[in-house]
Amino acid sequence: MIHSLFLVSNSGDIFLEKHWKSVISRSVCDYFFEAKEKAGDPENVAPVLQTPHHYLISIYRDKLFFVSVTQTEVPPLFVIEFLHRVADTFQDYFGECSESVIKDNTVTVYELLEEMLDNGFPLATESNVLKEMIRPPTILRSVVNTLTGGSNVGGTLPTGQLSNVPWRRVGVKYTNNEAYFDVIEEIDAILDKSGTTVFAEIQGVIEACVKLSGMPDLTLSFMNPRLLDDVSFHPCVRFKRWESERVLSFIPPDGNFRLLSYHVSSQNLVAIPVYVKQNISFLETGSCGRLDITIGPKQTMGKMVESLMVTIPMPKSVLNVNLIATQGTYTFDLSTKVLLWDIGKLNPQKLPNLRGSLSVQPGAPKPEENPSINIDLKIQQLAISGLKVSRLDMYGEKYKPFKGVKYVTKAGKFQVRT
Amino acid sequence: MSTGALYNDQPGGAEAAVEAGQETTPTSSGTGAAFGLFSSDFKKNEDLKEMLESNKESLKLEAMKRIVQLISKGKKSSDLFPAVVKNVASKNIELKKLVYVYLVRYAEEQQDLALLSISTFQRALKDPNQFIRASALRVLSSIRVPIIVPIMMLAIKEAASDLSPYVRKTSAHAIQKLYSLDADQKEHLIEVIEKLLKDKSTLVAGSVVMAFEEVCPDRIDLIHKNYRKLCNLLVDVEEWGQVVIINMLTRYARTQFTSPWKEDAVFDDNEKAFYDSDSEEKQGQKEAKPYIMDPDHRLLLRNTKPLLQSRNTAVVMAVAQLYWHLAPKHEVSIVTKSLVRLLRSHREVQYVVLENIATMSIQRKGMFEPYMKSFYVRSTDATHIKTLKLEILTNLANEANISTILREFQTYVKSQDKAFAAATIQAIGRCATNISEVTDTCLNGLVLLLSNRDETVVAESVVVIKKLLQTQPTQHSDIIKHMAKLFDNITVPMARASILWLMGEYCERVPKIAPDVLRKMAKSFTSEEDIVKLQTVNLAAKLYLTNSKQTKLLTQYILNLGKYDQNYDIRDRTRFIRQLIVPNEKSGTLNKYARRILLASKPAPVLESAFKDRDRFQLGTLSHSLNVKAAGYQELSDWPAVAPDPSVRNVEVIEPVREWAPSVGKAKQPKSDDKFYSDDEEKEEEGSGSGSEDSSSSSSGSSSSSEESGSESEEESSEESGKTSSDSGKSSSGSEASSSESEPEQKKKKRTKKATQRKSKQSAADSDSDENGSGPVGKTSSSSAESSSESDSEEDSDVDSPPPPSPPQKKTVAKTKPKVEVKTKKEVSLLDLDDFSPAPPSAPKSSVFSSSLLSDLEGLSLSNVSSAMQVTTPSFGPVKTYELLHHMTGKGFSAKYHFPRQPCLYQPSMVAVQVILTNSSDHSLEEIHIGDRSPASLNIHCFNTVERLEPGASVTVSMGIDFSDSTQAANFQLCTKEDQFSVSIQPAVGELLMPSTMTEPDFCNEQKKLMGMNETSASITMATANTSKQNISKQVLSVANVGVVSSGQNDLQRFAGRTVSSGALVLVTLELREASTALLTINTEKSVMASMLLRDLKQALSQS
Repeated sequence: MIHSLFLVSNSGDIFLEKHWKSVISRSVCDYFFEAKEKAGDPENVAPVLQTPHHYLISIYRDKLFFVSVTQTEVPPLFVIEFLHRVADTFQDYFGECSESVIKDNTVTVYELLEEMLDNGFPLATESNVLKEMIRPPTILRSVVNTLTGGSNVGGTLPTGQLSNVPWRRVGVKYTNNEAYFDVIEEIDAILDKSGTTVFAEIQGVIEACVKLSGMPDLTLSFMNPRLLDDVSFHPCVRFKRWESERVLSFIPPDGNFRLLSYHVSSQNLVAIPVYVKQNISFLETGSCGRLDITIGPKQTMGKMVESLMVTIPMPKSVLNVNLIATQGTYTFDLSTKVLLWDIGKLNPQKLPNLRGSLSVQPGAPKPEENPSINIDLKIQQLAISGLKVSRLDMYGEKYKPFKGVKYVTKAGKFQVRT
Repeated sequence: MSTGALYNDQPGGAEAAVEAGQETTPTSSGTGAAFGLFSSDFKKNEDLKEMLESNKESLKLEAMKRIVQLISKGKKSSDLFPAVVKNVASKNIELKKLVYVYLVRYAEEQQDLALLSISTFQRALKDPNQFIRASALRVLSSIRVPIIVPIMMLAIKEAASDLSPYVRKTSAHAIQKLYSLDADQKEHLIEVIEKLLKDKSTLVAGSVVMAFEEVCPDRIDLIHKNYRKLCNLLVDVEEWGQVVIINMLTRYARTQFTSPWKEDAVFDDNEKAFYDSDSEEKQGQKEAKPYIMDPDHRLLLRNTKPLLQSRNTAVVMAVAQLYWHLAPKHEVSIVTKSLVRLLRSHREVQYVVLENIATMSIQRKGMFEPYMKSFYVRSTDATHIKTLKLEILTNLANEANISTILREFQTYVKSQDKAFAAATIQAIGRCATNISEVTDTCLNGLVLLLSNRDETVVAESVVVIKKLLQTQPTQHSDIIKHMAKLFDNITVPMARASILWLMGEYCERVPKIAPDVLRKMAKSFTSEEDIVKLQTVNLAAKLYLTNSKQTKLLTQYILNLGKYDQNYDIRDRTRFIRQLIVPNEKSGTLNKYARRILLASKPAPVLESAFKDRDRFQLGTLSHSLNVKAAGYQELSDWPAVAPDPSVRNVEVIEPVREWAPSVGKAKQPKSDDKFYSDDEEKEEEGSGSGSEDSSSSSSGSSSSSEESGSESEEESSEESGKTSSDSGKSSSGSEASSSESEPEQKKKKRTKKATQRKSKQSAADSDSDENGSGPVGKTSSSSAESSSESDSEEDSDVDSPPPPSPPQKKTVAKTKPKVEVKTKKEVSLLDLDDFSPAPPSAPKSSVFSSSLLSDLEGLSLSNVSSAMQVTTPSFGPVKTYELLHHMTGKGFSAKYHFPRQPCLYQPSMVAVQVILTNSSDHSLEEIHIGDRSPASLNIHCFNTVERLEPGASVTVSMGIDFSDSTQAANFQLCTKEDQFSVSIQPAVGELLMPSTMTEPDFCNEQKKLMGMNETSASITMATANTSKQNISKQVLSVANVGVVSSGQNDLQRFAGRTVSSGALVLVTLELREASTALLTINTEKSVMASMLLRDLKQALSQS
């Protein structure tokens, strides 16, 4: 399956290699660099490439390329999913997944990779199983280890590996037993020029942070489970119970995990929280254009819209912008031509406005299409689909846990065409 | 560098040290600092060697860490091998692990030295700690030294029978390693694989199947005995193993089962076909039987379905491809939603999924059409994602949605990403050729694009227009003229060439312009691109033939220029053309045909999807992604014409049952079946006891329950096969048997649905009030009994669509059902009925009974739960039956329908409709089915064809209709073998709703959102009988299928529902005023529905 893995930085430097079968020369990456060169933008590199003797399957995450090499037929998604799992694990262990952090922790990374794959086939990918074998580095522990010669590596088989609940280890103990659930919804939408919705859907996830002792068996039920159009579960969720009763019944992993992701597609249900009044125009002759954007609340259910941010990738011919924002600050990146307007909270009384002129490269033709406007926002204490958790019950343990549910709505891929 | 300094080093510091030592070392970029290489590398490694040989563990560890860092950078450190290998037996587990890493990396280079470590591993293989045994085996098998092959073989064999499943899993991995090291061991390894395949641990399953795939993928005979086990274990296998197993089983199934896609068997007929064959089998006729799905085939489909909900995208894709390659066509669409969900995942996942959808959407537009908007392009998408989405949108285009798609394309054409804009133009071209209605629109649009400022857009448009004109050149001389005008401004060679070709091809339509163009080309010939030159020569030749008077000289001039061109192609072409068209003594007969050769009418190009031929590869594979056969790709075989012997999969039945099912569940299951059927009358108490126990065990058993049900069916099948043969003699005629069988089937479905609904209601009542306890026993028992029936038929309800899981099981049901029904009517004893003796009339009776039972029960539940109803949601009004086909018009064939008010099984957006077909004529009716429908786009889930309806008999069938939230009637034809009757179902507005659960505050919130335009209200005067709260809700519920919202206020009553098709919220509020007047308010986005609903409610409430 997966033969080798190369970690490549954005600048094209191979800074880590790992082989699970015999060694493959890193020159195989030249084919990848060639493709990267051709694609221009790192986002545009095709994830699956063919070379004379190998196949390269790569992902691009956090400005890093994870390039894996295989020699035989393998489902590409298998590899892609695994690579993302590797990146997730790094994130989980080191707090971020970047070149410098991986370089700093090469040994841990190597130990992790060694455990995650055997002969190219995934062996242990559950975070809690890995953490039992290789403890995440902390400053305190590394100091202690250097003094005592202790190690970060466990010597026994993690209990999770053998049980039928591999995601949970036995003997978890907390003094404060708590379970938090964050219902996070993202609105994906395309609005057209006039503000009508071309396409809208809600993607939601429930992120859980469960710190409960023992082997608790939880049941989470919703007020309105029918809202959920399509769902995917953490392996811990009992599918049959969901099928028959529409409740989530599960023995939770210890710590943070994604319990559920769901999808609400019915367009009528999707409330669009803000409207955008925009006017971007380029003059036919002369080298300038005008921009005027106002944002106002639309369907916010009485909640405050926060962290409002507008991103506009300008046409390449725009040289500079000269704008005035009534609220927040704007920046224009001269190399990427991205106009970023950070607004912050949306005040319904005084709508934020950004207006001014754009200077266009003299002689360049008028841009064919106006740039689209990408919007980022956040609304606390609101799940825009109306999903509500009705209750959380715990069985199997005696203590009373502290429970909490939080709702957040964000803009996902929220785009206004102009 | 002093060791002392290192001692306190933290990893970061250590790295700095390494970095310092490396400064002069040439890495991949290094050009010649040979000196540096020797000096510093040598020195540094000396240093490490010293550390490794010291006595301090921590120093050794530090050294190993630095060595691992070297390895990770791809730098050489093999000279340290002797020093490192000494530490292989270290007590420090981390040190040991790092040594392992090193060993595995360099053993191949230092084979002799590597042998030093072997004895350590051999010892470790006997360690009591399973973890150590496993890692020893892992490393031992990773050391790629041919000499130790026998040792490895031995170790693998031993580990394969280890007590710890983890070690066995490792041995499965080791098999693959050994195989790649020494392929001669294949035979021995297959033995081990065979043994491990029998392993029952979920941990091992994935790995051993992986080994199977790598070592002996063609030995499917090894799978037979393990097939059912693998299917049943699948849910519990870890996710990576699932992918491998599913892929392997897909291949397996394609060799072992017959195709479910027979052209003659339309899907709705599936079930019927199935019954037919069943009865045929009984009579011992084996030849010419329609398709029956092998129960094992069904088992696979059923057990993989839940995995569509996996968080692992690879698993979802694997299941999707399994359904695509194995499921009956009408079942494939259940994967759509999950695939669309994956589109939200990472960019790379999107890419692969879109590729697969592109292939799927060519063959099955319908699957993805409802999700068309999910494929709309965002300007932020990566280019390859955009092109794939475009591809899919083009594939999905049809008459109905083309206008939407074209509007969307218009946006794309303006995109700043010019490559994408060009791809869009090609897509428009494809839409135009595929859908003749829009060809003109598209053509006009493309002509407009010709004046676009961007060169690539114009060029692409020209090329596409050329192709379009070719398909229907008759009326487009205007466009050709227009393009001729543009010719001077277009510089892209491909576009110029296309225009020239068009001119030549249709020169007779533009007789004035073509020679002029040629004149211009003659002037600029030398400076044109080759492709333009070739077309100029072509144009000249064609004009010479059609209009030689004007163009003779020009042609000769151009031919002369071409003769001395630098490009040999052009010289060649010129020579050829000259010989062909200019008559001289040598040219002979060819000359006569020049006109026919050059001006032959050319077939229009077919604009095809680039994904047209991808379906030769299995979906989800690397080969499919690359569109090239990858190394090691296993071809998916065609379905066999005749299925190989299915009995090879039979295992000694009892064994797996013992293994997987808790003995309680197994023993109970058959017993509770009996109880269920009889308790309706007598054994209510006991029935409820065992029934509820049973249902709880089956529902809470979660993962294990699936195993249970699987193995049960196996068991049942073997049991039943005996009975079947004895029954066959007694059944009087095949057709009779089939009709009486298919009927209970319908009923069973109904029952299942009812049971589900009932159960949910009851659980709601349980949790919300304790009135349940005081409720009549009858209610409790019947519902719990029914829930036990639900667990029986779980397999059926799992799969949304009707086809049965396995023939023998169906038979059980079919046999037992009539038992009950007739008993209630006639009080005949059970034994009499066992042999299937009831005369044909029993069938109609039973169905009549069933519907009356249904309404009885519903009435019962209404009165029983009426107080509880205020707090729960589901609503049960009395069922109103409407006439669908009067027996006078239907020549004795009549049909009635009612809305059972349950969520439709087939699609959530459909309204469930039950139709009672009655035959009051004097001859039997055959093949009752649904024919044409209007509007054609009407989405109906037809009922299965009723094969035969005896005189006086009636049958209840259920169907689903998507009314799209309008009360527009659904017109369709009800056909029998001889006749067709046009009928229509017009739903009352209230039937287009489904109840929605919400709390009062939610309700108020939602209501606030639906103010203004979305609110309709009227004050009404109610009939005096209706003023009580119960009566009001009863009346409202009879009109509309809404849910009651519990309310604190006495004078306010609230009901909530959603429209079935679009899911829009419908909120009904009734505010009681004095003197039996009330204010009725309806809040919904669907204002038309609101006013209709208002009218209906008003009417219902004002009459008693």
